[in-house]
Amino acid sequence: MTPEDSRYAKSHEYVHVEGEVGTIGITDYAQKELGDVVFVELPQVGTELEQGDEMGSIESVKAVSELFAPVSGQVVEVNDALTEKPELVNTDAYGDGWMIRVKLTTPEEVDELMDAEEYEEYVEKEAGK
Amino acid sequence: MIETLLKKTPLHPVEHQLGGKMVDFGGWELPVQYSSILDEHEAVRTHAGLFDVSHMGEVTVKGPQALPLLQRTTCNDVSKLENGRAQYNGLLYPTAGFVDDILIYRMSGDDYFVVVNAANTDKDYEWLLECAKGMDVEVRNVSADYAQLALQGPEAERILQPLTDLDLSSMKYYRFAGGIVDGAASIVSRTGYTGEDGFEIYCEPEDGPRVFRTLVDRGVKPCGLGARDTLRLEAKMALYGNDIDHSTTPLEADLGWIVKLEKGDFMGREVLEREKAEGPRRKLIGFEMVDRGIGRHGYPVIDCGEEIGVVTSGTHSPTLKKPIGLAYLPLDKSAPGTEFTVLIRGKEARARVVPTPFYKRPKEQSR
Repeated sequence: MTPEDSRYAKSHEYVHVEGEVGTIGITDYAQKELGDVVFVELPQVGTELEQGDEMGSIESVKAVSELFAPVSGQVVEVNDALTEKPELVNTDAYGDGWMIRVKLTTPEEVDELMDAEEYEEYVEKEAGK
Repeated sequence: MIETLLKKTPLHPVEHQLGGKMVDFGGWELPVQYSSILDEHEAVRTHAGLFDVSHMGEVTVKGPQALPLLQRTTCNDVSKLENGRAQYNGLLYPTAGFVDDILIYRMSGDDYFVVVNAANTDKDYEWLLECAKGMDVEVRNVSADYAQLALQGPEAERILQPLTDLDLSSMKYYRFAGGIVDGAASIVSRTGYTGEDGFEIYCEPEDGPRVFRTLVDRGVKPCGLGARDTLRLEAKMALYGNDIDHSTTPLEADLGWIVKLEKGDFMGREVLEREKAEGPRRKLIGFEMVDRGIGRHGYPVIDCGEEIGVVTSGTHSPTLKKPIGLAYLPLDKSAPGTEFTVLIRGKEARARVVPTPFYKRPKEQSR
């Protein structure tokens, strides 16, 4: 199930906003498409991201994908657990598999992202291609 | 849409039922994985896994001049092949580049069964037909007549034995025999593409799904192309289109053991003779990463800003739990221990040449 309390980018990242901080990761659909994740490269704390910036990369056994910032913000926290346990992205994409937390600089961007229902429709269309 | 254009193997319905995640693989719709590449990989290394390799092509070469045709078009010595044995070989152009890497089975006398890479089937068949002109030999593409299953892993013999009339314990590596498997007339060979013990089973397309099901019901894990790639890479088995192609020679690809210059004349011999005397200008080596990241297919190897080589295969090794890969490097930079730089999506990362294969199955299981 796609959590209803988060917003979604077309590049399959989610952002879960609490106050002025957004927690960013990739969606369950994205982790399934990638398969076993073995390496996640993330930006350092302090990095300023603009919406759509490449913020890192994620490698599964079979492929590599870029990660894009779904919103603009400054990185305030990075999930260090992924260094040792990148598989958390597979097992708990919306929970322990989160990637970074940013302090939002342009909060109104969040409203332009898809909600859970819109994202599910989007994924269905993509899968049917 | 696109899917209707993809070719399907006889096992397609079973794979679909078993939850295979289907992808386009060189025009064939095949499962890249069922559960997880890591799980499937581990099943083959520790127990047994089952692959659908029905997309592979089969070409028969029969007649009085079958041996002369195969000797002329390949670099290994087919005359050494006895009935009931299989041989890994290179089908070469006169440039010594690969038309394909193939398995030749000697069925009996001048009756040979050649197994080729799926995407090369038509090319290989036409090439052999062309080379056979004026010779007393019949070349036929019989790919559609066979389903092919690869049962791989240390438990393969134990699981397959109760299903067949063949005595598997007496079948050594790279031998084969005709027999019955789960009621289906089959060719069973002790071969594979995983670096593990195992068998490849050729049967009629209509029998394939039943045999596949039976094996899965007996606890064999269905595996996809993803695990097949990580397994073969750990065992340093070449993949046509990645590690070898028309522009690479067997000596460059570190496949000197299939080059038999003493067998007489064959296509590409002159080039190989020169390479053997002078050394090939580049060599396929195994590497591990020193820096973080995975060097993947097509990534350039650079030295002082110059591109000096290329990564041909790269992945995360599930057995070694670290990134591994294969790359072409200049001969003088190909010794184990040599460090070099891979450009990973614009970023430089250090890698080191290591001895291969990356994985070798424990001795007591070897035969």
